[in-house]
Amino acid sequence: MPKLICNGTVVEDSWVRVTEVAGELPAGKLLLPLALWNERGEALQREGREIGLWLASDQLPEDIQGDFAQLPVIGVEFPTYADGRGFSIGRLLRQRYGFRNELRAVGAPIRDQLSYLCRCGFNAFELAEHYDPQAALASLRDFTASYQTAVDQELPKFRRHG
Amino acid sequence: MYQYDSIDKQIVNERVAQFRDQTRRFLAGEILDDEFRALRLQNGLYIQRLAPMLRISIPYGMLSSSQLRRLAHIARRFDKGYGHFTTRQNMQLNWPALEDVPDILADLAEVEMHAIQTSGNCIRNFTTDQFAGVAPDELVDPRPWCEIMRQWATFHPEFAFLPRKFKIAVSGSEQDRAAIQVHDIGLNLVHNADGELGFQVLVGGGLGRTPVIGAEIRAFLPAKHILTYLEAILRLYNLFGRRDNKFKARIKILVKAMGAEEFAHRVEAEWEHLRDSPSTLTDAEIARAQSFFTTPDYASVNLDEVGALLNDYRLQNLDFGRWMQRNVQAHKQPGYAAVTLSLKTVGIPPGDVTSEQMEAIADLADVYSFGEIRTTHEQNLVLADVRQDQLIELWHRLKALGFGSPTVGTLNDIICCPGGDFCSLANAKSIPVAEAIQRKFDNLDYLYDLGDLDLNISGCMNACGHHHVGHIGILGVDKKGEEWYQIQLGGSQGNQSALAEVLGPSFSRDQVPEVLEKLLALYLDQRQPGERFVDTYQRLGQEPFKAVAYA
Repeated sequence: MPKLICNGTVVEDSWVRVTEVAGELPAGKLLLPLALWNERGEALQREGREIGLWLASDQLPEDIQGDFAQLPVIGVEFPTYADGRGFSIGRLLRQRYGFRNELRAVGAPIRDQLSYLCRCGFNAFELAEHYDPQAALASLRDFTASYQTAVDQELPKFRRHG
Repeated sequence: MYQYDSIDKQIVNERVAQFRDQTRRFLAGEILDDEFRALRLQNGLYIQRLAPMLRISIPYGMLSSSQLRRLAHIARRFDKGYGHFTTRQNMQLNWPALEDVPDILADLAEVEMHAIQTSGNCIRNFTTDQFAGVAPDELVDPRPWCEIMRQWATFHPEFAFLPRKFKIAVSGSEQDRAAIQVHDIGLNLVHNADGELGFQVLVGGGLGRTPVIGAEIRAFLPAKHILTYLEAILRLYNLFGRRDNKFKARIKILVKAMGAEEFAHRVEAEWEHLRDSPSTLTDAEIARAQSFFTTPDYASVNLDEVGALLNDYRLQNLDFGRWMQRNVQAHKQPGYAAVTLSLKTVGIPPGDVTSEQMEAIADLADVYSFGEIRTTHEQNLVLADVRQDQLIELWHRLKALGFGSPTVGTLNDIICCPGGDFCSLANAKSIPVAEAIQRKFDNLDYLYDLGDLDLNISGCMNACGHHHVGHIGILGVDKKGEEWYQIQLGGSQGNQSALAEVLGPSFSRDQVPEVLEKLLALYLDQRQPGERFVDTYQRLGQEPFKAVAYA
């Protein structure tokens, strides 16, 4: 099973990310692309399947139909590390839509984005293949102080330290 | 001047450690070239034509003498003993070794400096008026606001991988000297009818491939809301700015596509979610930021005596009079003046300064200007708080150092990017063009007769030399592997920013000074009393200028 960083440790990834909207669904726990979730997600849940969804970087939380607050996992895709839309999408999911479960950066984020991703509400990360996830844990601690509010920090520096 | 607290220091030190580790991993082959590119750019490190180039941040152009001495030391120890001041008020080193950059950053951190976000697709250095705090026409000192916004933008986790770079400029005076109309966001500090402080907000200006004058999206935003409002603008840009084509990725393209009115409407809608959230500024934070930019301990100067002294000396010494007229600017404090140090000595690339000169300038700042120096987007330096009875002494010392060229604001005060001599993006060289022009037009009487004239040169359409807003703009273009130069006329910066028009087919490098001479002769012949070159151009239109240039 592929490795995943989740809540600060390296774990086996037990979810299968579905990328095709058509065709037979694999067995196991499924992260559905948005179109498939909107079409069949709740029906699959009623069949007893464990279901999460993932958003491409040009899809917004407002595009998600149905009740997604209780989903165990929502993924947000970083198709390349340079596509930073997911940082905003993560903050919106956490801060505007109140999503509390696993928020996973999928695709190709890089190790040196981990601290930014954390601040934007992500707690799980797929990394590009050439990164050793165990070594990458160190990058979660690149910064121990910050100026701005974000998901991890309700108050800006000027309200914390004066 | 702003001084770091323990958290500021911690953040900069953690950045040094992070970049040291990134560099180590890159050299060990653990990071791909393309990925390291993004990481090093966010630290201002380019791989250039000849060597890496490191761009060091000078927030809103403010430097202390000890910081300038440190830059001198770094340029000497890690580079070839000189640095280059840029049109974004920063400093560039042209020859550092990649392996040394972590040590350079550590040296900078010791004097509260860094290279954070000086490049890359993120929020860049905030720029402002070089006469902030001293200009007679200033309504509000923009520097505390720049510092507040600098902190907000530093490692903002949501906006580090934007579609493209993002530049913000702030003005607080009647005359805009920060070019706010040609920035991604331009902010103008204003008071409303009730006397409340706030910002006029412009969005979507910029130069580069598609020059645009920014559009006002809000006439008045109460000042305490600035961070949440910026966050709303940046979020829209991050989510909806184009990422399919880097030449169409700046916010100006998004604002144009959406229409400024619709863009403004969507900013307001996003801001409704953010307004009054904890990022709203507190009175205490505003007061804290302002406390770093207080009036220095000005001496009382006998105005009659100093006036007589300077007048007498001007009569005896023509050169001093010229320098007073061009390089000495008015000051809000009676008996004081702001002095511009010209970095446009003929034969030296505009903006270049050696380590020895930096140290000498730092010494002058300590003696004559409360230990502070400003950098300007025209690539000069300013000593902002000089006692008028010390002007004569300072002038002698500046002349000896080579910074007394009395040409500020004239044709020879050229804004010029590093161009093809250094930059791998350039289509053509720009420094030799600037030098040829300076050599041709070196007669001071002729330069003064021409009066205020902005001549800006860029070596490619990325427009680091701001050619679109020069009264005369020169753009290097590539024609079948050869360097040619397009001439543009009629641009201007400031309150009435205008974009220059292309005169016609481009010229060879040798032709440029001759063509300029013809254009200038037409101006001298046709001008009406009080008209600057740009005024005459705007009155007559392009045709007569075109006729003489291609005759």
